[in-house]
Amino acid sequence: MTSDRNPGYAEAGHSQVEAAAEGAPAGSRLTDESESYTLQVNGREESVKAAWLGESLLYVLRERLGLPGSKNACEQGECGSCSVFLDGTLVVSCCVLAADAVDSEVVTVEGLEPGDGLSDVQQRFLDAGAVQCGFCTPGLIVAVHDLLDRVPDADELTVREAISGNLCRCTGYGRILQAVVDVQRQRAGTQP
Amino acid sequence: MKPVLSAAAPFAPTAPTAPPHSDRKRSTDRGVGTSSSRPDGIPKVKGQFAFSSDLWADGMLWGRTLRSPHPSARIRDLDTEAARRIPGVHAVLTADDVPGEPNYGLEHADQPVFASDVIRYQGEAVAAVAADHPEIAWRAVQAIEVDYEPTAAVVDPEAAIDAPPVHPDGNVFRHLTIRHGDLEATGEVTVEGAYAVGMQDQAFLGPESGMAIPGDDGGVDLYISTQWLHVDRDQVAACLGLAPELVRLTLSGVGGAFGAREDVSLQVHVCLLALRTGRAVKMLYSREESFFGHVHRHPARMWYRHHANSSGDLVKVEARLLLDGGAYASSSTAVIANAACFSCGPYRVPNAHIDAWVVRTNNPPCGAMRGFGAVQACFGHESQMDKLAAALDMDPVQLRLRNALRSGDELITGQRITGTAPARECIEAAVAHPLPPEPTGKGGGPDDPLLLPGGAGRTADRADVRRGVGFAVGFKNLMYSEGFDDFSTAAVRLEEGVNGEPVATVHCAAAEVGQGFVTLAQQIVRSVLGVDRVVLRAADTRVGSAGSTSASRQTWMSGGAVQAAALAVRDSLLERVAEARGVEVQGARRKLLTLRNGEVVGVEGRFRLTLTDALGGRPVEEVREYRHAPTMPLDDDGQGDAHVSYAFAAHRAVVDVDPELGLIRVLQITTGQDVGKALNPLQVTGQIEGGIAQGLGLAVMEEIVVDGGRIRNPSFTDYLIPTALDMPDVQATLIEQPEPGAPFGAKGVGEPPTISSTPAVVSAIRAATGIDLCRVPVRPDDIALSERTP
Amino acid sequence: MTVARPTTLSQAVDALAAMPDAQLLAGGTDFMVEVNFGHRRPTDVVALRRVAELRHHATDGDEVVLGANVTYSQMQTELAEALPALAAAARTVGSPQIRNAGTIGGNVATASPAGDTLPFLAAVEADVVLASPDGTRRLPLADFITAAKRTAIQPGEVISEVRFPAVRGPQQFLKVGTRNAMVISIACCAMVVDTDHRRVRCAFGSVAARPLRPTEAEDFISDALDWDTLDAETNAVDRFAALAAAAAEPITDHRGTAEYRRHTVKVMARRALTRSLRA
Repeated sequence: MTSDRNPGYAEAGHSQVEAAAEGAPAGSRLTDESESYTLQVNGREESVKAAWLGESLLYVLRERLGLPGSKNACEQGECGSCSVFLDGTLVVSCCVLAADAVDSEVVTVEGLEPGDGLSDVQQRFLDAGAVQCGFCTPGLIVAVHDLLDRVPDADELTVREAISGNLCRCTGYGRILQAVVDVQRQRAGTQP
Repeated sequence: MKPVLSAAAPFAPTAPTAPPHSDRKRSTDRGVGTSSSRPDGIPKVKGQFAFSSDLWADGMLWGRTLRSPHPSARIRDLDTEAARRIPGVHAVLTADDVPGEPNYGLEHADQPVFASDVIRYQGEAVAAVAADHPEIAWRAVQAIEVDYEPTAAVVDPEAAIDAPPVHPDGNVFRHLTIRHGDLEATGEVTVEGAYAVGMQDQAFLGPESGMAIPGDDGGVDLYISTQWLHVDRDQVAACLGLAPELVRLTLSGVGGAFGAREDVSLQVHVCLLALRTGRAVKMLYSREESFFGHVHRHPARMWYRHHANSSGDLVKVEARLLLDGGAYASSSTAVIANAACFSCGPYRVPNAHIDAWVVRTNNPPCGAMRGFGAVQACFGHESQMDKLAAALDMDPVQLRLRNALRSGDELITGQRITGTAPARECIEAAVAHPLPPEPTGKGGGPDDPLLLPGGAGRTADRADVRRGVGFAVGFKNLMYSEGFDDFSTAAVRLEEGVNGEPVATVHCAAAEVGQGFVTLAQQIVRSVLGVDRVVLRAADTRVGSAGSTSASRQTWMSGGAVQAAALAVRDSLLERVAEARGVEVQGARRKLLTLRNGEVVGVEGRFRLTLTDALGGRPVEEVREYRHAPTMPLDDDGQGDAHVSYAFAAHRAVVDVDPELGLIRVLQITTGQDVGKALNPLQVTGQIEGGIAQGLGLAVMEEIVVDGGRIRNPSFTDYLIPTALDMPDVQATLIEQPEPGAPFGAKGVGEPPTISSTPAVVSAIRAATGIDLCRVPVRPDDIALSERTP
Repeated sequence: MTVARPTTLSQAVDALAAMPDAQLLAGGTDFMVEVNFGHRRPTDVVALRRVAELRHHATDGDEVVLGANVTYSQMQTELAEALPALAAAARTVGSPQIRNAGTIGGNVATASPAGDTLPFLAAVEADVVLASPDGTRRLPLADFITAAKRTAIQPGEVISEVRFPAVRGPQQFLKVGTRNAMVISIACCAMVVDTDHRRVRCAFGSVAARPLRPTEAEDFISDALDWDTLDAETNAVDRFAALAAAAAEPITDHRGTAEYRRHTVKVMARRALTRSLRA
């Protein structure tokens, strides 16, 4: 299903751009730049048309596929706000070339829980007061899902290290760590 | 009214206090005083909450700014022709395209929308473009040709005072002096010191972003992340040359603020592009541009001399404070006033002479950041108090307790504290928490490297590490000062909802930036009206100003406005019922009717009416403006009743230091904070922990490195904010002495955690190393290469 | 096609030969940052992440082989026992997200003075193996990295592996940074105490344009160490540390001063050796 929301990059008529941009940075030929490809995102096939080759997966998710849940806070892999699963592995989507994400399964925060429901991680973040401005929240939710799926009984230091790639400026991490403990207890059956 | 001293029970943030989400509860369970869940929480955890960077409009264009690479330059020529000719570029705008006022500014309109002839700081905006795709916008910006003639930059704030003016308004934003008591007084013991605070950045996670959509009426709708809609609106309207009614702002999701969103950043640019192109335009800053696109915390140089008698009573404080405001005024005049007024700390200081300057340079512009001048001053005065304690051979905590302010005391501005001032209680609470256990030093396995300074870098063994404990206390004002007309507006509407249940709607322009005002607004209406379902309209300029989300003021001011409007709705409704029942309306209704448990009831108990029936299909709506008690300007001696209320906090820090490498790990921070009344304990905890993180950051890692006016580290690679591995265990005690005159007795809680946490950490590092550290952030070489370290 | 997605090394080499201006993309953690910041404008890309043979590693023979696509997470988990200093270095790179994607081949190809695996590879005297239409060639890391962020890679070449002799004995990695996670090193140190060859080898990162081997210091301590008891006099350890520091060529930048960096070399050298001798 196509949900490409971004105006086609090809519509810019960039064959004329080559003539106009003689001062362009070295190494950037400006002809024939339009990319089209298909991605598997949250279990659906998504078609991307007329994209610029350099678009990151983060950009494509947000601006072409109507999935703005992953956030852009640094575009250099230093904040974790854009965290997604790529073939089940936690990565920062700003560092994934979208055109190279074909053949892979992408799961974003929007794909963690179907419909209007909340995963246990999402619910516990709410209950523990771990959400303030919320900009870091999607990336953290994804990272915590990753951690607890791999290491359910992670101790506090392991949890801290696992989320050390997710910056939060509002909370100081205290309530976030509490939310993780709450999920662990719930999954272990020691807390309702 | 004498404040009631409450037993300050240690707050246990791990105890679950939030009611289960799915339960239907009576309204009082989610009212004031509960840890009610935030209304925007579900969209935020699902990734569906619309931040201003998530907005989308059909046919929208992408905006981008061209910024000066030079801190000081003349623009000899500017050629946009090549940029305009790039297909997909719809507008290229410069200073010539600004139809209204060429300048904007929070306190003084001294900053150009676009620089035209002179560049005054690295990153100053020169032009803006709108294009079909962000990559085309990027290329268009590269294609704009600017001929800069770099000129000598004024980068030393000391020299700036007498240097040739960087701006026609001159280089001194404000010079204020506080003279209090007997300036000739001296003490038996004096300690002197020079201190410096580096430039901290707010580093909110959500970079600047907004969308402007041109209206059919020649106006424009702006969807924006900001801290104050109306002040943005006024500046944008002035620069666009439009009547304010034609410029309509709606708050979109804000990814943190901490002071960096008080000033205009992209607002005028994106509106200009939208009006010029006739299309929706979205603009968002990269992280790098964000570092150039907003104001930072003022770097400070401070000199202090404290005088005390041999028993430890403070006799006099002398200080000279110099804050570097950078290229434009922003809120510098208010920041320096704060720094001066709170320069001596929360102590009785009978005599004081404070000389405070904030100056203009070609350094990056500085303005509001959480703590607003009190942060810098607190590092100065608490460093001095430690020094004084050592000179007196006195316990540092005892020295603070001895001198701590109390209600009724006079400040160095001559104002008496009429509200609560639980400085002692904060201090005692902070130090009452048990210290973390000493490392056993026994065999049985090495410490996990993550427990030691250096972390996974494995630089230290336990034997290389020294532990230190440090302490600090601070205070600052709540709300605005010096006679500023500080107010907020709220509208509350009560009506029957679609399912026959009553629903209350709040319309308030208070900017929610993460702090949880939206939650509080619901709680207040629930408590006043007994209605559980409370809906918040989008914050926009269709309702009156709510003032800024800053100065720890929104709980008091917009909470007060919402409370006032809700009370007015209640009174209107009761009047209506009284009239219908033929009961005397004036004065009598309160004796006979009240709201209880979501019903109108007769006080004598024989009458009950559901709210829905009381409404009778006719909504009740009231709008109220709320003002705090008036404040006065400071006179030429810095004397005057300039403030409304004060909030206090104390912090104790425990740190491990590897002195040979100068690396640090903070193990624990405890705090006692004066909150008046915790209206939402979980949210208060969040503010405390988050503020402490920022204080810790300033202490050991955060600095915008400016060299010759150039920012050396405009990225998260090198502007380091604390990660989960850097934050310690935080134990907080809330001191609840209700503040007279404050809605619900509550004081704002956002800023105090950032004020004394920084000096507490530095104090602990000094204790661990014996080094007289006098600058924050403390860098490893300050410790490792100190003469004290072998 | 402007993005080639080979699944074998020979397909990758062929794709690169067919598109001479193509840029190589593995984990993307350097590549995409450059694109996002406007410093790199990709036209053609040869994406390497599907080449399974590049994720292979072997540590049980006389020669250790690490495929270019081995990620930092793999180094941290799968190589922790065989190559503890490399695993320790990998643990300090970026964030868990970055470690899941970034590769050793990328770290070598970027050749940053701050590359966290490079001091270890220098200390074990690793060779870089390059594949091209002409076959493979192999050259020492010290020859492959020619200057800061500059390598001897030729057009048409792909880094396929890193190889080095298996080394027995204690090994250490230390990294100095001002934050406890996600930090670029102010300086770092990798050390192997090669008990078979009775040689201490160490290398320092971020204190020179390329990983720094303080050979005079290595010579000295290799000689001064009692290899039978694996012990050394305190003043020999100190002298070793001083020699290492003297060999450093640090600069002053926004992350640290030259003086501080040199100081950390001395401290790290001493601590790394002391830990190795205690081990």
